[in-house]
Amino acid sequence: MDLKTPLGDEVLDLRAGDAVTLSGTVYTARDEAHLRMREEGIPFDPVGAAIYHCGPVIRGREVVAAGPTTSARMNALSGFLLDAGVRALIGKGGMDEGVREELRGRGVYLAFTGGCAALAAARMQIKGVSFEDLGMAEAVWEIELDHLPLIVGIDAHGGDLFAAVMQKAKLQFRQEFNSYKGPSL
Amino acid sequence: MESVSSGLLEAVTAATASALHEAETSLPPDVNTAIGRALEREEDPTARAQLENIRENIHYAGERGLPLCQDTGVPVIYLTLPPSVPATEALYDALAEGVRQATDSVPLRPNVVDPLTRENTTDNTGGGMPAVHLKPGNELTITVLPKGAGAENCSRIAMLLPSEASEIARFVAETMLLAGGKPCPPVVLGIGIGATFDGAAALAKEALLLPIDEMDPFEEEICDAVNALGIGPMGLGGTTTALAVKIKRGHCHTASLPVAVNVQCWANRRATRTVEVEKWT
Repeated sequence: MDLKTPLGDEVLDLRAGDAVTLSGTVYTARDEAHLRMREEGIPFDPVGAAIYHCGPVIRGREVVAAGPTTSARMNALSGFLLDAGVRALIGKGGMDEGVREELRGRGVYLAFTGGCAALAAARMQIKGVSFEDLGMAEAVWEIELDHLPLIVGIDAHGGDLFAAVMQKAKLQFRQEFNSYKGPSL
Repeated sequence: MESVSSGLLEAVTAATASALHEAETSLPPDVNTAIGRALEREEDPTARAQLENIRENIHYAGERGLPLCQDTGVPVIYLTLPPSVPATEALYDALAEGVRQATDSVPLRPNVVDPLTRENTTDNTGGGMPAVHLKPGNELTITVLPKGAGAENCSRIAMLLPSEASEIARFVAETMLLAGGKPCPPVVLGIGIGATFDGAAALAKEALLLPIDEMDPFEEEICDAVNALGIGPMGLGGTTTALAVKIKRGHCHTASLPVAVNVQCWANRRATRTVEVEKWT
């Protein structure tokens, strides 16, 4: 499915594992930006918005490299954004059970491939910036996206591909190394 | 005492900066081959999509001469020196200057901070940075291995008992189970077996310099055990969790069996330059 911001109820139809593309506006935010937004308010219209967990390298007004950062750092910092109407979080590595519940019935977590900073940059244009005083990596960059390929990691129905994969991995590990002694996980 | 000529020092600086530029913007042929083979074997559609993105990313980065990943890592340098070149402080400074120049020219993200105050040195050098591993050789070679934090943070070391050699595969697989998608799989696992507590970690990192498009049967066995976990590219499932497992061994105390796992993301970046010493002496 090709998604375009602002996002609406169409994201509720998605299921974990679906491949989508996203076009339109996204806002980068990592640790510092989340803390600032929670204190001072969100510097853009959050209704239907998509947040990208990313600390880009920017030269002038050009995106040089903009791969996803580890989303789990924002586990405790995402609820207020979803409450305000944000529909999608984008990053790598997945998020915890708390976020899975916060997404239920209203939004999705989209996974982008870690390290693919050049590929992402090739599909991005800068439109604006907020909180620039936080520095290049921590500022909120308003970025226009052109069909970024993403995987639905967590859907609005409690489906979580990361959790499912790790559950199977643990089972496989116990089976394979059952006969070995040593400290168990 | 013999000193190093300023011409040679400048050549060392230029070679370091040039090696870093290559390592940050392109992958060596053996790594590209391993990613290509993974794509041929992988059947899971989600995993394939991740590998396709990785391949496209390598293409874009190469075409534009830009970093493969926004985490451009911290500099680790492997240096060999011929008998005619002494390991002076000036030589180390020349390597650091190469890092500074690459930070500005590639450009690299300034990643090096004080461990406690977290103050950023802004040029990717600092106390112990670049990390330099020195060995004698016939030529002056500079190999750079920029190391990102996502994968580095998932690395582990175990002091096993001599009777626990069969636990090695388990320890490595357990390391990936704890890591999941965090280190940006498909990973390359550098394994150091033997030596001492510190020596095993050094061997594990050196193992990442070995060609990854071939494995011996022991490496293959551990790689299969890791891939059987099904973590897959980026932790989204699939059969490609590790591109390769590479092992380096060192002799150790009869009462010891140190095992270290240095986790590396799919971007197993490295590049080597040889400096023609004769030109400057």
